[in-house]
Amino acid sequence: MKRKVGLQYKLERAGWLFLAPALVILGLVGLYPLAQTFIVSLTDARMASGEPGRFVGLRNYGDLFQLKPFWLAVRTTVLFTAVSVTIELILGIAIALILQSGLRARGFLRAAILVPWALPTVVSARMWNYMLVDTYGVVNDILVTRLHLLPEKVAWLAEPGLALMAVVAVDVWKTTPFVVLLILAGLQLIPRQTYEAAEVDGASWWQQFRSITLPMLTPTILVVVIFRTLDALRVFDAVWVLTRGQLGTETMATYTYRQMVDFRKIGFGSAASVTIFALIAAFVVVYLLAARSATGGDDQQ
Amino acid sequence: MILRRILYLLALLLMVVYALFPFYWALSGSLQPSEKLFAIPADYFPWPATLESYRQIFADEVFLKGLRNSVIVAGSVTLLALATGSLAACALARFRMRGARIVLGLILAMTMFPQIAVLGAVHAIISFLGLYNSLAGLILSYMLFTLPLTVWVLTGFFQSLPRELEESAYVDGAGPFQTFWRILLPLASPGLAATGLLTFIAAWNEYLFALSLTITPEARTVPVVIANFSGATVHETPWGAIMAACIVVTVPLVILVMVFQKRIVEGLTAGAVKG
Repeated sequence: MKRKVGLQYKLERAGWLFLAPALVILGLVGLYPLAQTFIVSLTDARMASGEPGRFVGLRNYGDLFQLKPFWLAVRTTVLFTAVSVTIELILGIAIALILQSGLRARGFLRAAILVPWALPTVVSARMWNYMLVDTYGVVNDILVTRLHLLPEKVAWLAEPGLALMAVVAVDVWKTTPFVVLLILAGLQLIPRQTYEAAEVDGASWWQQFRSITLPMLTPTILVVVIFRTLDALRVFDAVWVLTRGQLGTETMATYTYRQMVDFRKIGFGSAASVTIFALIAAFVVVYLLAARSATGGDDQQ
Repeated sequence: MILRRILYLLALLLMVVYALFPFYWALSGSLQPSEKLFAIPADYFPWPATLESYRQIFADEVFLKGLRNSVIVAGSVTLLALATGSLAACALARFRMRGARIVLGLILAMTMFPQIAVLGAVHAIISFLGLYNSLAGLILSYMLFTLPLTVWVLTGFFQSLPRELEESAYVDGAGPFQTFWRILLPLASPGLAATGLLTFIAAWNEYLFALSLTITPEARTVPVVIANFSGATVHETPWGAIMAACIVVTVPLVILVMVFQKRIVEGLTAGAVKG
C-alpha cells in the first residue's frame, strides 16, 4: 500500500514534467496571446509605431460596433457559414450513403473523395478561380456552351452575390469529404439488424432513412455541424485568394486581417479579434447546451 | 432493379467527377501551351502536351524556396507536435494526475481557437523573440493549431490501452519515462502515425500565419507563394504556371492520402467523434 502511494507521488511529479513542454508552448502561442489581444484591444496601439499605445478603455469596441462594414462582415460570415454547412451536410450524407452500400472499389473511391480535403485551401481556391473565369473558364464552357443550361456566360467572381457563392463552392468542394468520413463512421454504428427488421416489415427505402438512419445518425450530425461551423466562422484563405474580401465577401477574419495588417490598427483590430472570439465561444456554449438537451443529455460526447 | 443499378452507378460517377474534375482541369491547364489556355471553347484534352509551365516554375527561385520552406516547416511541426504531444498525452491518460481533467478541458477548448483571434499578439510575441520572417517563428506559431489536436487524439489512444500494462514495469523498478518510452509509446504508434499525418497536412496547408509572419521569400511557404503568383495585369494571369505549381504541391498530398488513407480516416474520426 505504501509503495503504491510512493509510486503515485512519483507519477504525479513526472506527469507535470511530461506536460511542461506542451504547456509552455501552448501558453506562449495560445493563452498569452489571447490575454495580450484582450489587453491591446483596450489601447490605441498601431503596428510599427514602436509605442505600446495609450489606454482608451472600451472605445475600440464602441467604434467597432458602430461601423457598418463590421456588421456587414459578421452578416456575410454567418450567411456563408449557414449556406456552406447546410450544403456540406446534405451532400455529405448523400455521398456517404452511396459509398456505404458495399462495393469493391470503395478504397479507391474513399481516396478519391479525400483528395480535395487534403489540398491546401489556397490551391483549391486557385484551381476554382481558373475554372470560374468568365470568358475562358471551364464552368461557363460546360454550363453555357456545352449544356446550354444558362443563356449567357456568368461573371462568377465579379458580381457581389455570386462571388460569395464562389467561395461557398470552394469550401463545399474541399470540406465535404470530411463530412462524408464522419458520417460513414456514424453509419457503421447502426446495427444491421435494425434494417433487416424494417425490411421484413416492408418499410420503403425512404421510410428506413427517415425512421432509422437519420435518428441514429443525429449524434454524428451534431458533431459534424459544430466542427464545420467553427471552421466556417473563421473562413479566411478561400476569401482572401478569390476576392481579397471585395464584392460582398468580406468576412470577420478578412476584416480583422485588413485592420491589423493593411491599416496597422493593432488596438482596433484586436477589439475585432476579441469580438470574433466571443461570438464563436458564445456559439459553442449555446450549441453544446442545445445539443445536450436535444440528445437527452445521456451520451458521453 | 437494373434501372436502380444504373442510377446508382451514375451517382457514383457524378461523385468521382465532382471530386476529381478540378484536379484534372488544373493538370490539363498545366500541360497546355499558353495560347491554348485561353481557348474558347475550352479544349478538354491537353494534347499535344508541353512541360513548359513546369520548366518555368522549377526555374523560379521563389517557388523552389517556398517548397523547401514548406517541407522544413511541416516536417518540424510534425516532429515537435508528436514529441511534446505524446509526452503530455501520456501524462494525462496514464498517470492519474489531479488536475488532468482541467488541463484536458483547456486543451480541448484550444482546438476551437480561431487563429485570427490571436494574430496580432502572436505577431508581437514572434517579433519579440526575434523570429519574425523565420521558419522557426512559423514552426512555433503552428503549434497553436496542431498541438492541442495532437494531445487530444493521443490521449484517447493512450486511454484505450489496458490498465495493467505498465504496472509490472513499475514493479520492476522502471521509471515513468522508461515506461513511456519502452512500453506505452510503441503501442501508441498507430495513433502517432494518424495524428502525425493530420499535423503534417495542416502545417503544409496553412496560409494565414504564413502570410502574416513572413515578408521575404526566404521564409515564405508554398501556399503564400502560390497565392501571390500573378502576371503584370489581371488579364495576364499566368494560369499555366499557377496550375503547374498547384499540381506540384498536390502530388505529395495525393500520395499521402492514397498510401495512408486508413490512418488519416482514423485520426479524423478519433479527433471528431471523441470531441
